[in-house]
Amino acid sequence: MPIIKTENLTYTYSQGTPFEKTAVDNINIEIESGEFVGIIGHTGSGKSTLIQHLNGLLKPTSGKVYIDGQDIWESKEITKAARFKVGLVFQYPEYQIFEETVYKDIAFGPKNMGLSDDEIDKRIKETARIVGLGEDLLNKSPFELSGGQKRRVAIAGVMAMEPQVLILDEPTAGLDPKGRDRILDQIKLYHEEKKRTVLLVSHSMEDVAKYSTKILVMNKAKVFCYDEPPMVFRRAEEISQMGLAVPQITKVFNALKEKGFNIAEDVYTVDYAKRKFLQYISARKEKS
Amino acid sequence: MLKDITIGQYFPGKSFVHRLDPRFKIIITAFYITLLFSAKEMIGLFAGIVYLVAAFLVSGIPFKMMLKGLKPIVPIIIFTSILNLFFIDGIVVFRLWILKITDEGIKMSVFMVIRIICLIAGTSLLTYTTSPIALTDAIERLFSPLKKLKVPVHELAMMMTIALRFIPTLIEETDKIMSAQKARGADLETGGLMQRAKALVPILIPLFVSAFRRAEELALAMECRCYHGGEGRTRLRQLKSGWADYVSLGITLFFLDAVVAINCFF
Ligand SMILES: Nc1ncnc2c1ncn2[C@@H]1O[C@H](COP(=O)(O)OP(=O)(O)OP(=O)(O)O)[C@@H](O)[C@H]1O
Ligand SMILES: [Mg+2]
Repeated sequence: MPIIKTENLTYTYSQGTPFEKTAVDNINIEIESGEFVGIIGHTGSGKSTLIQHLNGLLKPTSGKVYIDGQDIWESKEITKAARFKVGLVFQYPEYQIFEETVYKDIAFGPKNMGLSDDEIDKRIKETARIVGLGEDLLNKSPFELSGGQKRRVAIAGVMAMEPQVLILDEPTAGLDPKGRDRILDQIKLYHEEKKRTVLLVSHSMEDVAKYSTKILVMNKAKVFCYDEPPMVFRRAEEISQMGLAVPQITKVFNALKEKGFNIAEDVYTVDYAKRKFLQYISARKEKS
Repeated sequence: MLKDITIGQYFPGKSFVHRLDPRFKIIITAFYITLLFSAKEMIGLFAGIVYLVAAFLVSGIPFKMMLKGLKPIVPIIIFTSILNLFFIDGIVVFRLWILKITDEGIKMSVFMVIRIICLIAGTSLLTYTTSPIALTDAIERLFSPLKKLKVPVHELAMMMTIALRFIPTLIEETDKIMSAQKARGADLETGGLMQRAKALVPILIPLFVSAFRRAEELALAMECRCYHGGEGRTRLRQLKSGWADYVSLGITLFFLDAVVAINCFF
């Protein structure tokens, strides 16, 4: 059974006014437990709107959302339970910080879940380690931290709830490359260690290609495709036409193809490209 | 949701009413209010209704929007009508224990309800058809004679513009913060008074932090562009009045005169 399933999910902002805007249109997806799904799409394609449906923050204009096979809008209790099952880290989540100390702020979510103090303490220490916040920072005021550190506090605040599904909306926007890689690596680690499902919204095809087991491409409020990375990058051409950057390496291989070197069509990571390239070279050597 | 607040909301369009000079619209609205309050007889008020319906039809604003704008004042309407219904002397038509309803009371309460509805609907037509920026511009121009009396008209207008400009931003921000805290399991809907007040803390603190940050950034940005108050400042969009404005004003004055005349004759 898929852990998340949507059925004809449609959402319209400001319905019935001149500002009406359908942000997600008839979405049908099924996400299996344990998957690492990269969600990509150009600005305004409806990614943030879609993910806010998955933990019941937005109520669909029409259509259904199922978590663990349960319609999350069936009753108030189920909606509330869905919020704990599916953790959502917003785009620029820094503004959710409000406590006096980093420690207390991370504790907000777990406290709302009704966990014991010992358990909360354990989780805070663990998530602080995962997102790379030193113990000395825990007793500082979150408002004294740098932007990147605040981001980590915000992510930790949701991670500490250990949701079955962790959704992150562009967690790396505005971070330096090192900080970005570090956060993504830690998210991958969380995915693997805890065997949790992760949904990662990103603008960077490289990142999505590197970490995801499946990719969801959104285009103009609709799902363009939802598939494993090699299958998705076979359609690199269409994806670039939509205005999304495909990974550099895919571009290189497409350019090679145009020059008459058809090495592989489904290249999206450097490692894989290297392997294919070496295979191709040795095959050519044998021929000649 | 917070987004449903429509009072004072601008409803873009290109109708005759939308294109009127905002200064005239404010003056016309003021005359319309005068009309409503000078009407002493039902027939005078009827003229006010006719005027309002005509204005709404010309503006192309759906009546649904007007009704939505009236929703927040329903308690006031009910309260006034009850007050008038029971406490006006006259011929008693209905009596229950110590409560009595008189013919005058019925008349008065119907009268008051219509007056309040016209008042709110009329003034909201002004804000529906005029963008906040145009509105404050117009207010600044209308009050500019007060500058001679050292009233900081420009500064006040600028403050109003900024305040109006940031209402939607703050509403959006509140929505975002509420969503983020709900995603962390904050419970904003249940519990007693104390609990609910406490539940507001995680929303208010980030909201204040960001409002102050925004204010600071805006002030800095304005200073960087050499903003130094109203002196010698010119405008990108000049307010211009034309025949349409004078005609509308004329029609309004005609209605106002008619109502005053009705008062004299009846
Ligand atoms: N609160 C809102 N009210 C009205 N319209 C909205 C609101 N939020 C988003 N929209 C509109 O819905 C569409 C989808 O927005 P959404 O935020 O889901 O895009 P996104 O894919 O997350 O974009 P980005 O990559 O920039 O974050 C956009 O066209 C946007 O203008
Ligand atoms: Mg977004």
